[in-house]
Amino acid sequence: MPGPHPIRSRLVAALAGLWSFPAAADYALNLTAGVTSISREAYRLHMIVLWLCVGIAVVVFGAMLWAVVRHRKARGAIPAQFHDNTRLEIAWTAIPFLVLVALAVPATQALIAMEDTADADLTIKVTGQQWRWRYDYLNEGIGFFSTLDDKSAAAGRKNSGVDPRTVDHYLLAVDNPLVVPVGKKIRFLTTATDVIHSWWVPALGYKKDAIPGFINEIWARIDAPGTYRGQCAELCGVGHAMMPIVVVATSDADYQSWLAGMKATQAAAAAAATRAWSKDELMAKGQQVYNTMCIACHQPGGEGIPGVFKPLKGSAIATGPVAAHMDRVMNGVAGTAMQPFAKQLSDEDIAAVITFERNSWGNVAGDLVQPGQIKAARK
Amino acid sequence: MTELALHHAHEPPAGFTRWLFTTNHKDIGTLYLLFSLLMFIVGGSFAMVIRAELFQPGLQLVDALTFNQMTTMHALVMFFGAVMPAFVGLANWMIPLMIGAPDMALPRLNNWSFWILPFAFALLLSTLFMPGGGPAGGWTMYPPLMLQTGMAFPFVIFAIHLMGISSVMGAINIITTIFNMRAPGMHLRRLPLFVWTWLITAFLLVAAMPVLAGAVTMLLTDKYFGTSFFNAAGGGDPVMFQHVFWFFGHPEVYIMILPAFGIVSHIVPTFARKPLFGYESMIVAVMSIAFLSFIVWAHHMFTVGMPLAGELFFMYSTILIAVPTGVKVFNWVATMWRGALSFETPMLWALTFIVLFSIGGFSGLMLGLTPVDFQYQDTYFVVAHFHYVLVTGAVFAIVGGVYFWLPKWTGHNYDERLGKLHFWLSLISVNVLFFPQHFLGLAGMPRRIPDYAVQFADWNMISSLGGFVFGAAQLLFLYNVVRTIRGGAAATPQVWEGAQGLEWTLSSPPPYHSFTEPPIIP
Ligand SMILES: [Cu+2]
Repeated sequence: MPGPHPIRSRLVAALAGLWSFPAAADYALNLTAGVTSISREAYRLHMIVLWLCVGIAVVVFGAMLWAVVRHRKARGAIPAQFHDNTRLEIAWTAIPFLVLVALAVPATQALIAMEDTADADLTIKVTGQQWRWRYDYLNEGIGFFSTLDDKSAAAGRKNSGVDPRTVDHYLLAVDNPLVVPVGKKIRFLTTATDVIHSWWVPALGYKKDAIPGFINEIWARIDAPGTYRGQCAELCGVGHAMMPIVVVATSDADYQSWLAGMKATQAAAAAAATRAWSKDELMAKGQQVYNTMCIACHQPGGEGIPGVFKPLKGSAIATGPVAAHMDRVMNGVAGTAMQPFAKQLSDEDIAAVITFERNSWGNVAGDLVQPGQIKAARK
Repeated sequence: MTELALHHAHEPPAGFTRWLFTTNHKDIGTLYLLFSLLMFIVGGSFAMVIRAELFQPGLQLVDALTFNQMTTMHALVMFFGAVMPAFVGLANWMIPLMIGAPDMALPRLNNWSFWILPFAFALLLSTLFMPGGGPAGGWTMYPPLMLQTGMAFPFVIFAIHLMGISSVMGAINIITTIFNMRAPGMHLRRLPLFVWTWLITAFLLVAAMPVLAGAVTMLLTDKYFGTSFFNAAGGGDPVMFQHVFWFFGHPEVYIMILPAFGIVSHIVPTFARKPLFGYESMIVAVMSIAFLSFIVWAHHMFTVGMPLAGELFFMYSTILIAVPTGVKVFNWVATMWRGALSFETPMLWALTFIVLFSIGGFSGLMLGLTPVDFQYQDTYFVVAHFHYVLVTGAVFAIVGGVYFWLPKWTGHNYDERLGKLHFWLSLISVNVLFFPQHFLGLAGMPRRIPDYAVQFADWNMISSLGGFVFGAAQLLFLYNVVRTIRGGAAATPQVWEGAQGLEWTLSSPPPYHSFTEPPIIP
């Protein structure tokens, strides 16, 4: 026999959860208490103000209900004619004011603690762009993009035919997670290259907008190892639902070995940029870059979205002189979603993706672009 | 003028020209209300698309771009096309009747401010059919995202300018009418609450709408004329747009709720058969709310990274609004206390308004606490909050007001059974629609996303089901209103047993020109 119907069982669970709200602080119903001092403070304040509201509601709605039941014309009630009462009115102005003052005290303390980003152990720059995050470890000299994983991206296309329930962490999984050590004070600097995004991991207790031209500061000290997921929280265009955040908090030892591995990988990539690549290598790498950087706008078949995002298939740029194509990819088009990718991608990534675009979907430019050409063009 | 022409001037001309050239406050009020009803259906159909797409995870019906256009247009149409014109329509109909005036002070301006609107919305809605589609950056139009809009961009800006001009002219007319057209003896301290709330709203409109016009004009020059007001690369500041926008935007949300306070302050005493409790404190409360609305704007943008002092200031000013709002709710409850209550349809909507608007107020208080707002901001918790305030607040008050005054306007009683059916269906479905959105937001679902992680699936499905029923229930309202306009049992001048005020001394429907002789105020 199949299990109970999922909606019905969840509904029962939800009602049960409502009944014992704080005990069943279920992720699906209530705010998470999270894994940092900030998130626990936010949760505590949330529960205080929630219960305060419930208390006020019981009193006010109770009085209303009493009047509705007892003072109805159908019961033969004779209307009184009073229309003011100075003492009562002063009381219900002054008492709420005092309650608010009492509420403002812990809120102020929490806010002051949150804004204290001093004495951080490590600093990570978080850059939002349409539609992925980039993490730069400022003290370590490494950095990488973190993009929605392929399975979610494929299942999330319109009428993909894939049931999202079969995808592991649908829309909440990435190719390269942010790896951080537990117990260390981490300072995050958020910014963006194109439009405004917002970096939000509920378990860390806040979100902060990532704004072009601005650098915002937040901090976290994560207590428990684990994987914490979040999403971009500020509308940033068609891919807004598709730029998740995954934070993996590990022990310091694991973090150090991850760092060493990452540094080695990035050094190897830098070395690769100087040699000549074969067409197959460029096409394979190019496909990979295209799928993470370009596909959201230009679409899997290079056809774009008419009137919004230009097609690459058969386009004048992708089939014309290679210099113009390089200029478009590297310098972008001001005022559009087409960004200057020279600052964001490595030489071999740009070379590969241009080669891929010129030799796919029936485009037969036939030429290869080598990392060295990109390097030369940067000057 | 000859005898004949004089007589003629008192009869409405027939046909389409009656409506096109009318300067009569009742005709213009009717036009506003019918236009608002039409926009309510248009904006509602956008909401149905949104809820249908969110019915289950994955993208089935529309692509992400269309979805973003739907959320953007739903808000623009509901704010500027449905809620605001509905209140202006009610003001047009009721203010002259309530203050004993023959008409509005500036009847030609009145005609113009209405007739701008159909053109403004034709422009706005036409963008949906342009290459690249309509605006998709949210009704808040934050740059730089808004600057990525295609061909639709200048049309949207121009449409917003037109709506702003219409609103400001309407507001000027209302202020002038209230200050100059009151019957002798109708002192400001005797003014009915609906008139008072609208007077204060009109001042908010005059102060706030030009700020929006300025903000969108700066967007326009950034896009087409090479300025860099909001472009960081050119030395501008994208956050400045948000400051300017919300300096308009927060008064704007009170523009959409203060007249609702007025309506409820008429309905509750009528069906409690008891005078309004705390008339003067009601007015002071509305004035305080209006004042505070200009110094709380940045609570919409706590996460942009303000200095600590700024965050504290806006937190304190925001939660302070709970005091005057509480006073209003307490006064309504005290009005009911020891009254002789009856529960005709308008009263049901008003009572529901008090409860559900308060729930929106509670979540507003929660959102005002900056440290927790860092979690709530831009999630479905915010969506739930403002729909409790705007739908079960503003819209429920408007619907209650329509049931309350419809017999006065048409001279026919509406079908009470149908009205109650409409009420109960709406009450249940609206809570199924919006209450689960609190859970979704707390559990981590961002707003304005066309697709979501599977742990949000159940509540989204329930919310969508509530949405479909709520949408369908409004067709009952449409049917009931149309039926009442076309016929029905004759209404008495008094209409409701407990009704008090000048408007109820006139026949139902009132003569085409009301109070050609100033009434005697007892
Ligand atoms: Cu984003």
